Amino acid sequence: MACIEARGLRKAFGTTIALDGIDLRVEEGRILGLIGPNGAGKTTALNAILGLIPFQGQLRVLGRDPWTEREQLMRDVCFIADVAVLPRWIRVSQLLDYVAGIHPRFDRAKAEGFLAKTTIGRASKVRELSKGMVTQLHLAVIMAVDAKLLVLDEPTLGLDILYRKQFYDSLLNDYFDRSRTIVVTTHQVEEVQHVLTDLMFINRGRIVLDCSMEEIESRYLEVTVHPEQLAAARVLNPMHERQLFDRSILLFDLNKPGLDPIDRPQFAALGDVRTPNIADLFVAVMSSQDGLAQGAAR
Amino acid sequence: MNTESNAIPEFPIEARVAAPTVISEAQRMYWSVRRELWENRSIYIAPLAVATLALVSFTLSIIAGIWERPLRLDPAHPQAPFDMVAGLLMVTGIIVSVFYCLDALYGERRDRSILFWKSLPVSDLTTVLSKASIPLVVLPLLTFAITVATQWTMLLVSSAVLLASGQSVAMLWTNLSFLQMSLLLLYHLLTAHALWPAPVYCWLLLVSGWARRAPFVWAVLPLVAIAGVERLAFHTWHFAVLVGGRFIGDAPTVVSMGPDKFPTDPMTHITPGHFLASPGLWVGLLFSAACLAAAVRLRRDRGPI
Repeated sequence: MACIEARGLRKAFGTTIALDGIDLRVEEGRILGLIGPNGAGKTTALNAILGLIPFQGQLRVLGRDPWTEREQLMRDVCFIADVAVLPRWIRVSQLLDYVAGIHPRFDRAKAEGFLAKTTIGRASKVRELSKGMVTQLHLAVIMAVDAKLLVLDEPTLGLDILYRKQFYDSLLNDYFDRSRTIVVTTHQVEEVQHVLTDLMFINRGRIVLDCSMEEIESRYLEVTVHPEQLAAARVLNPMHERQLFDRSILLFDLNKPGLDPIDRPQFAALGDVRTPNIADLFVAVMSSQDGLAQGAAR
Repeated sequence: MNTESNAIPEFPIEARVAAPTVISEAQRMYWSVRRELWENRSIYIAPLAVATLALVSFTLSIIAGIWERPLRLDPAHPQAPFDMVAGLLMVTGIIVSVFYCLDALYGERRDRSILFWKSLPVSDLTTVLSKASIPLVVLPLLTFAITVATQWTMLLVSSAVLLASGQSVAMLWTNLSFLQMSLLLLYHLLTAHALWPAPVYCWLLLVSGWARRAPFVWAVLPLVAIAGVERLAFHTWHFAVLVGGRFIGDAPTVVSMGPDKFPTDPMTHITPGHFLASPGLWVGLLFSAACLAAAVRLRRDRGPI
């Protein structure tokens, strides 16, 4: 059974179409990055998955309909929708008492263990904690829940770089194992690059890229082209071109229809070849989507 | 900032416990109600403060009064000061309920914490019922407990003052039947201050789950409009009287009594059968149930503001 399975998932707010019939399938044990510009439909997709909004089309999360079975689903799903949603009036001890009181899969001792490594006091109220500490607290609670699916919507927004780095490190080292699934959206693309197993780009309510990180390596090439080879390289139908200092950097999609199946070594003759990072790939895919093939996005 | 304090917690994966604990619906309800009390401490602080204030002024008044008269206890109405305290605490309960209900489903959307609550396995039904239980169950029982405790303290203070001034406490203890007063008070609170005004509180909860801003205005405006239209069209005040009667707990729970009689007066004859048979009660409860059902749906549909 796939962890998340959607077919023709559609959501409109008035006349604005937030999700335009997307299909997606996330298998158990994956870490999926859902990346897209503002207003692309990322949060809408996550909200539908979490049962926070009604939707059209088919959607099963852990075999359940999230809209009608949110309560049961939340026994196996955790989410951090925003760093700022822990109620400000609650005390740390009350938060632990409450979650322990209502959540069948919460391990209080574990949460206490996490908190012991921080400076967060049990008697503190959330309003008295710094933003980074609130995230530590929320994460300590979430990580003490033995969930099957963890959904993170911009989990590091507004945090300083130390906390952001630790957030993903502890997520990988202490939480993730092959039986859990994680879906994360973020604007800080470069931070999640080495965390993800799968990547999905979403734009204007549609999925424009859906592949595993291994596929990215085999499918996309970024070539810093020798100036004298530029004309030859452009013939190969790059999906994106940008200038860095006085060098042209071309990005190729080897699966692109119309592109001759050329061996990678042939690209090496054109210049320095490497796998593009997600940020550059994102810009390339988005600008080719928008018909701006010549790197106007940079 | 040292690395220790900055560290995001870590824990070995193999230590995970797989077996989920079984949590009953009653447990979820219990913790949800406790949660409400943590968030809205005015639910118990306000009546406690009023009771303390009443006790202090009562003590001062009898100490002052001792020089003029043996004790300011009217033999015809020995329970008068006790009734006054009960009445004060009832009014406090009404005020606290109104403010609580208007914020209950609005505040969590305004501060976005609804996203956190919805990330936990507690249904919208449990949440709404736990919030409705505050004005309908928790506050009446709390008012009862605090009132009885205050009245007993008043009795003890009176006795102490009487004994200290060398007078007999016999009259005080024989003229008041505390058990009867307490039972009547409990009956009155549960009928006239819980069941009877239930439609008012459930309406406020519904509006607090619906309004995007200014829930107070949205809650009151339709009532004022209806009363105004009725006044203009028929020159009557039936609707205003109806709502007002619900609000202050003017319920048919006792045989009609004089205007100076308090519901806990020992001479009062309670009429639970009459109360339970009154159509107004059941129409009101039906309206309350409809409001709560709508509030449950709204909590599912409405996100943060």
